[in-house]
Amino acid sequence: MRIYGRLGDRLFSAFLLALGLAVLFIAGLLAWELWLGGRQAFATFGFFPFARGTAWDAVKGNFGAWPFIVGTVITSAAALALSFLPSLAAAIVIAEYTPRWLGEIVAYLVDLLAALPSVVYGLWGIFVLVPLVRDHLEMPLFLWAGEHAPGLLGALGAPIGTGMLAAVLVLSLMIIPYSSALARDAIRLVPREQREAMYALGATRWEVVRRVVLPYARGGIFAGMVLALARAIGETMAVTMLIGNSAKLPYSVFGPAATMSSVIANEFTEADGGLHLSSLVAVGFLLLLLSLLVNLAAEFMLRRMAVGEGRK
Amino acid sequence: MFKKLIIAPTVFILGLAAAAGVSLNGAGATFPYPLYAKYFDAYNKLTGVRVNYQSIGSGGGIRQLFAQTVHFGASDAPLSDAKIAEFEKKFGTQLIHVPTAMGAVVPTYNLPGVSKPLNFSGPLLAAIFLGKVTKWNDPAIAKLNPGVRLLPLPITVVHRSDGSGTTYIWTEYLAKVSPEWKAKVGVGKSVSWPVGLGGKGNEGVAGLVRQTPGAIGYNELVYAVQNKIGFGAVQNRAGKFVLASLESVKAAAALTDFPQDTRVSLTNTPAPEGYPIASFTWILVYRDLDKDRAFKSAAEAQALVKLLEWIIHDGQQYNESLHYGALPEVAVKVNESNLAKIRYNGMPVK
Repeated sequence: MRIYGRLGDRLFSAFLLALGLAVLFIAGLLAWELWLGGRQAFATFGFFPFARGTAWDAVKGNFGAWPFIVGTVITSAAALALSFLPSLAAAIVIAEYTPRWLGEIVAYLVDLLAALPSVVYGLWGIFVLVPLVRDHLEMPLFLWAGEHAPGLLGALGAPIGTGMLAAVLVLSLMIIPYSSALARDAIRLVPREQREAMYALGATRWEVVRRVVLPYARGGIFAGMVLALARAIGETMAVTMLIGNSAKLPYSVFGPAATMSSVIANEFTEADGGLHLSSLVAVGFLLLLLSLLVNLAAEFMLRRMAVGEGRK
Repeated sequence: MFKKLIIAPTVFILGLAAAAGVSLNGAGATFPYPLYAKYFDAYNKLTGVRVNYQSIGSGGGIRQLFAQTVHFGASDAPLSDAKIAEFEKKFGTQLIHVPTAMGAVVPTYNLPGVSKPLNFSGPLLAAIFLGKVTKWNDPAIAKLNPGVRLLPLPITVVHRSDGSGTTYIWTEYLAKVSPEWKAKVGVGKSVSWPVGLGGKGNEGVAGLVRQTPGAIGYNELVYAVQNKIGFGAVQNRAGKFVLASLESVKAAAALTDFPQDTRVSLTNTPAPEGYPIASFTWILVYRDLDKDRAFKSAAEAQALVKLLEWIIHDGQQYNESLHYGALPEVAVKVNESNLAKIRYNGMPVK
């Protein structure tokens, strides 16, 4: 009886508080270190001119992060949009349409996608996806556009295979397990009474999913998307291997591009000039800022759709 | 009998422990890493001195050398004059560059239906990498390759996306042969490429070239040979089309005026048989070893100098079997006189 007394209780909550604060503290230190490392770049170019600058030239010592910010935003947003329906479909199939045992197997396989190292995705992308995309998607589209819509050619870019499109496709595959797992759990948490009431009114299966399950679970589905987006923003290895790594704006759909994490991974080891190194760390700081913004926006939207209280 | 069985191994182990007392740390370039691993393994078996080498990249190696956490650094590009001035001002001593091996960069390409090596010239390579020559049947290419059936395939330029000594050598060569390249792009380990795709590492560039019909990129000779990737010949300053090989790379360093600080560029070499895109790779050490806080004793200083002596003489036998160029006689001579200058607490180490 005594163990549940006041002292034990207090110790436990103090312990939890300390751990929670430690996480905050480490995150704060991280941001601080990135700021310190990038200070030289921010001081040289100015914060906003650096963020909006389009030149990245280590030879002339002129740096700007804009091409990488644009690349990161486009690739992760496109990957999220592409992966949304498949991951939601997987979650619904697993939780609603298959018998329990089959659902478990499919869920396990989807989760397995998250366990693959990203370099494996990259290699698979280079050797399997890129030739496939080039010969069966980019080439036909390019030829079609050449005949019927020459105005589109510039936006499409050269059909090389390696580039933005390949990176987005692999990225969307990589983030499916994250959004799918959370959506699945949210769907499973929808109370049986809700569904049974709906069936009692004569609703079909599709109507139950659409009118009860999805509205009820949308908080979890949205949280999964946020997690997937965060993962897409930070993904480095597979993107670096597939995106073509060119910071020349404007980007095209098939052509090469670059992201914030890819430029850091590419150039960090050999950056010996102070300003070059500082600019790379500054890009890291901006990446942290971008993730923070995305998460804050997500948090705000999540609050507006309170979990589990679907409106009629 | 039984005693002997115990004593012999004990003595052996003690002997090893005594000799292995000294261990040296180095960090830097990834390009010579396979060679250095071989050197240090062989040297460890020979003398018991342990050398730990981290291949973190040339830039990282120079940073570690400035931070005084390593006994020696390693770099694929010599330090710039500004960087050397910074070093001398900061530490009050000189930096010694010790070339250990030679490498070359070769143009690799993927051109279906062409089996024999293509000929390139410096200005042509610069025009291709500037995005001015865009088709494989361009007259500039056809002129250098009479009799080769060239298709109107678009050229896809592939370059390194990561900072790299290979890029440094490649761009340095292009800047020497093309004023436009020098003005527009310049020389560096990572540059602002006018056109093309970036692949990470030698394997990234080679992978992109192999996957993309019509692609042209550049790789280290070692990598191209080991992975059996075909590469083209490049016209040297004497006008001869030279295919990179251990002989033509070594020939590139046959200079008459070899500088004492060894910071020499071998690209566009005047040597008539030399391959024009070759370079040294260097180990970097403090001249006054006591100024480097990584050194804790005179024994370590002595071990380092002995190691370097061994590398530039006996160690060279490992270069060619691993596809690195061996040092020419003139470079060994300059190395000898530079190593003799190394001091510890003001006393010569040797």
